[in-house]
Amino acid sequence: MSSQEPQSLYAAQEPIFPRRVSGKFRNLKWWLMAITLGIYYLTPFIRWDRGPVLPDQAVLVDLAGRRFYFFWIEIWPHEFYFVAGLLIMAGLGLFLFTSALGRVWCGYGCPQTVWTDLFILVERWIEGDRNARVRLWNAKWDFRKWRLRVTKWITWLLISIATGGAWVFYFTDAPTLAVDLVQFNAHPIAYATIAILTATTFIFGGFMREQVCIYMCPWPRIQGAMMDDDTLTVAYRDWRGEPRGKKHENTTGDCIDCMACVNVCPMGIDIRDGQQMECITCALCIDACDDIMEKIGKPRGLIDYLALSDEPREREGNAPRPIWHHVLRPRTILYTVLWSAIGVGLLFALFIRADIDLTVEPIRNPTFVTLSDGTIRNAYTVRLRNKHGEPRDFRISLTADTILRIDLEGTEENIVNVPPQQTLQQRVYVLARPQDPASSEDRTELRFWVEDVFNNERAYRDTTFNGKVN
Amino acid sequence: MSDIDKDDVTGVDTTGHTWDGIKELNNPLPRWWLWCFYLTIIWGVGYTIAYPAWPLLNSATAGMLGYSTRAEVAAEIQRFEDQNAGLTSALAEVDLTTLADNADLNRFATAAGASVFRNNCSQCHGSGAAGAVGYPNLLDDDWLWGGTMEAIVHTVEHGIRNETGDDPRYSEMPAFGEILEPEEIDQVVEYALSLSGADHDAALAGPGAVVFEDNCASCHGEAGMGDIEQGAPNLTDAIWLYGGDRETVHETVVHSRFGVMPPWSDKLSKAEINAVSAYVHQLGGGE
Repeated sequence: MSSQEPQSLYAAQEPIFPRRVSGKFRNLKWWLMAITLGIYYLTPFIRWDRGPVLPDQAVLVDLAGRRFYFFWIEIWPHEFYFVAGLLIMAGLGLFLFTSALGRVWCGYGCPQTVWTDLFILVERWIEGDRNARVRLWNAKWDFRKWRLRVTKWITWLLISIATGGAWVFYFTDAPTLAVDLVQFNAHPIAYATIAILTATTFIFGGFMREQVCIYMCPWPRIQGAMMDDDTLTVAYRDWRGEPRGKKHENTTGDCIDCMACVNVCPMGIDIRDGQQMECITCALCIDACDDIMEKIGKPRGLIDYLALSDEPREREGNAPRPIWHHVLRPRTILYTVLWSAIGVGLLFALFIRADIDLTVEPIRNPTFVTLSDGTIRNAYTVRLRNKHGEPRDFRISLTADTILRIDLEGTEENIVNVPPQQTLQQRVYVLARPQDPASSEDRTELRFWVEDVFNNERAYRDTTFNGKVN
Repeated sequence: MSDIDKDDVTGVDTTGHTWDGIKELNNPLPRWWLWCFYLTIIWGVGYTIAYPAWPLLNSATAGMLGYSTRAEVAAEIQRFEDQNAGLTSALAEVDLTTLADNADLNRFATAAGASVFRNNCSQCHGSGAAGAVGYPNLLDDDWLWGGTMEAIVHTVEHGIRNETGDDPRYSEMPAFGEILEPEEIDQVVEYALSLSGADHDAALAGPGAVVFEDNCASCHGEAGMGDIEQGAPNLTDAIWLYGGDRETVHETVVHSRFGVMPPWSDKLSKAEINAVSAYVHQLGGGE
């Protein structure tokens, strides 16, 4: 085919008016929407008692105090690998679900999908279902159209403000901030954050919708690499449906070309054209088609979750292989194993985390100092973190295979007090008299011990002592 | 112009580019994307008007908002100084011998002193305060002029053997090359080496003791233990400012030494002097 007329370089957004649908996937999506939105909006208000010093918000990202609180878990900045580990798990989880079930994240879990779903629900309550909305779209801008549109926009805006508002509650004490926000006492950054997230929610959920998935999101481009012939995706059994046609047209296919699948699609595509980039596998077309099939007395599943590898079998009239056949394959098992291994590793790291956090930094400038009686002295900066809510006394000592003495700057006893939730930096000296072998050895291994004076909990760090080599 | 090839399956124009039989489709861009592109251009123009942007001969356009990173840093420094104003004035007035009782002030003094030290003292005493030949090591337990908090503050304020300060610490060792005979110098050098237990020629050290008593003991003491009142070094310990080998000691006796430290009372505030003194005191040698 060829033509002289080049098509336009730019395309306008096609309006989409998804029709209301009911069925098992729609119900599942309602439930998922309620759960995910519930978690998002309510989590900041859950309280968790951590004693008088620490905040009592169950989930809190305290950027100013450099702490992350998640119920009983408390993450300090140096333990950021927990967060990195969770992100890796999230990535592998996406790989797993995509290779097994296609774009299931896009269709059910992605905030863009969930909020768009919510916005379409609002749209339908205010402006009516598909046909009414198409009529309103084509209608003149009279009073009724303005009234409906403005009502819809205001409702969207309120949802958007709640969405942006909920976000900031994760970063500071939610009830306090809520009061401050209403009294206009909150920090400008809180208002700016809410404003930006309100705008993005309003625009993405209300107007951009499928454009975000098709043109802005990078995830659909990567997903192709995770899918293969055994991946379950939403597909049309064209061998059963074709040739399509109205009932009176005496065609032989099951598809009666009622357009129910097209009318419910939030992406504005026709699933009967086959797998396409725009499809987020929300499965609403399955519900719509099943409904029609039942009405005309045909078996359900003309549109269904299918694996491409089953197509030849089904064309020959055989039943598709069971789902676990498709889901259980080396690729998904590998993803599951990797995902679980990291999860188990993180859990393990979480439980063996020491209550005493200790680092020892040998001072290398200079490596040693000669005292007037010829004693060789090394200095170390010992950092002690007290992660508890009350002050703790720690005894610092050392063990080594040879004679070494320990001495602490500014204190006669070798005991230091660390205030709650703070890091103490203590200068510690190790000394070797001239007659001690360590004084003339290049390196001597030693181990610093730190012991909680009250509960005898201990931790150690290995380091070295540098002598004066003649 | 040649015909535009349309893809049979999608009905979309192709760009005419083909790789291994795969044609590149010329799908239209969404129009809002184009608007976003124009918007970024408008934003960019506005940005260069609002913020410093266009390079000129000697500087750049300042921008209508008057934003400057320098001013931002200055404001930030000012903010911290205001925040610490209470601690700074407390530090200027504190009795340093009781500093250890006030944990917050002590921590502030040590941290502030470390930065004063790196800016003003490290050029001679080294960034780790370990000194160098001729510049005392401040980490050890040997002090020429005393290592109490009070003595350190005095040394920092007035300096040593300078002509600019008021009442600096002062003492001067004569150049014995012009006073003693060469053999007497050899003898006293051997004696000086013997004081700290170094290898020495006992035959020379014997008469050297007499030379020492006549010429050196008035400052370094009968036993060579030094005198912090006069800044006279202890010759019996393991620490040597210029070096404890025979050649260096000989040079010291013949030519003498004259280490100078400037006074800091006119350059540093009282709070800074207290801070740097507290810092030096906690390095391991404070008395």
